Amino acid sequence: MSDISKSIQPAPSVALGLLKALKSFALLRESWVGMIGVGLVAFWLLVALLAPLVAPFEPNAQLQPMAKPGTAFAAGGSFWLGTDQLGRDVLSRIIWGSRTVLVYAPLATFCAYVVGIVMGLAAGYYRGWIDEVLSFVANAILSFPVLVLYVLVISTIGPSGLNIVIAITFASAPGIMRIVRGLVLDLRNRDYVAAAQTRGEPGWYIMLIEILPNARGPLIVDACLRLGYVVITIGVLGFLGLGLPPPDPDWGGMINFSRPFVQIMPHMVIFPCIAISSLVLGFNLLADGLREISLRD
Amino acid sequence: MALFILKRLGNMALIMVLVSLAIFLLLELTPGSVATKVLGPYSSEEQRQIWLETHGYLEPLWVRYFNWLSNFVQGEFGDSIRFKVPVAEVLWPRLWNTVVLGFWTFAIIIPVSLVLGVLAGMREGALLDRSISVTSIITTSVPEFASAVFFSALFVFGLKWLPGTSTMNEGFDPLQLVLPVLVLVVYDFGYVTRMTRASMAEVMTTQYIRTAVLKGLPYRRVILKHALRNALIAPFTIVMLQINWLLSGVIVVEFAFAYKGFGALLLEAALNQDIYVIEACAMVAVFVAAATQTLADIGYTYLNPRIRFS
Repeated sequence: MSDISKSIQPAPSVALGLLKALKSFALLRESWVGMIGVGLVAFWLLVALLAPLVAPFEPNAQLQPMAKPGTAFAAGGSFWLGTDQLGRDVLSRIIWGSRTVLVYAPLATFCAYVVGIVMGLAAGYYRGWIDEVLSFVANAILSFPVLVLYVLVISTIGPSGLNIVIAITFASAPGIMRIVRGLVLDLRNRDYVAAAQTRGEPGWYIMLIEILPNARGPLIVDACLRLGYVVITIGVLGFLGLGLPPPDPDWGGMINFSRPFVQIMPHMVIFPCIAISSLVLGFNLLADGLREISLRD
Repeated sequence: MALFILKRLGNMALIMVLVSLAIFLLLELTPGSVATKVLGPYSSEEQRQIWLETHGYLEPLWVRYFNWLSNFVQGEFGDSIRFKVPVAEVLWPRLWNTVVLGFWTFAIIIPVSLVLGVLAGMREGALLDRSISVTSIITTSVPEFASAVFFSALFVFGLKWLPGTSTMNEGFDPLQLVLPVLVLVVYDFGYVTRMTRASMAEVMTTQYIRTAVLKGLPYRRVILKHALRNALIAPFTIVMLQINWLLSGVIVVEFAFAYKGFGALLLEAALNQDIYVIEACAMVAVFVAAATQTLADIGYTYLNPRIRFS
């Protein structure tokens, strides 16, 4: 019995997945909006990966305070984007800061997805009281204005990388749960689910192997949008003084730290703002391109 | 209909109870930490003990919660540690300032995004549609604090047209309201526009619009008389739900421009551990958000005859 059931399942092999990814990338190339998104995200990924190579200075080294963009440094090199009030090179801090945001944003989004998917699968598949309870808790969390929730949680548990991931997971998982639940409610009546139930597969197997892969389309688009939004959130928390503790560079924190000098030295603040806006734009354009593709099929 | 409204209100009451419990547990689970926050880190153990006794903090947790909740419902939020006055005296004027800010923001967002959304959704995929969509993606990608910086650089330091802060220290000054409203509008209008566009685009594919076009009605008439009515039901909900987002946005914008509103009060209170102000602000924020959500649900049902009469 088990042999037969194995043989009639579609084999989700790595090669097949790679082929599909390539195919959707080929489709994405037709949408110029999506391609700009890919370009922006790829640019920041590359910058983050190569940070030690491309950053001209140490991000925390105090070299020459309040240098204007383009000032030459006495010991060699130039401050292409100027320095902040402690004399740290803005360009190097933006480059190293891309690592911070590109580690924490995907990590927080991933954690939120794991929690949200588990909640959504359980609520949509089992229905009944599990659904009632989970949906009610989700509604309660979603009735908080998001930033009120962040301010409340972070100011209580303290600002740190881990706590930011926890807070984002806590605040985002209910929204993901709602989407997953909606998709599961649609998919749970399909024939292949009935077939798996008849085979006597356990609930977790049906949810993870049969239902979840078929719900991936809308989830991938949502994940892209959410990544962009999480980047904004991390920036906002830094800007409000609830972000990662100094001195390691993070874009929102840089803006908060140099804000008092914005009138005389706008470069200290404007360049990190451009950096964060372009990364968010990248994720949002990518999501738009992906949505276009998914509508076409 | 009446039953539906009652159900929604009951649901909202339940959510408020759960939320209040969460806020209470988050901030007041251990009485010792409350005493430290109120009396300051340099108070002695003995002082804290006396304070706990006189303020009823030695009761069991659930008794404390019900006392707290019943005080709250009566508008007794306790005293602000920082301002040394009852929380209500600080809270209501600040909330009013935010209402003013929010009013002007919505007064601009609603007409702008409805018109843009309808124009974009009228002919899906046309050049106008694509440019409106891409513009709205770009504006929603720039975080509020970044656009605050960009607009300040342009209008305050560059052109010197507008004041850079909005403290309103010398009375109400409409010029000081321009930048905060502008930042909120630019960040938020894109979402409402896209939702209106989606709703309009969907209506345009329906049979009755096709019939209207095919029987030779002028295009203007089809849009104004037939499409708009149905296309504007969904945006009503979206606009109501935007109030929840606005409550997040005002924290950033009020902090950025030093505007003395509700969001800035919540942030200051959180940074200073001004515990009773935090509780009051959080409860008010959730109440406003939950109330608009409920109103949106009821309004949607009322506006949509297909649901109303079924």
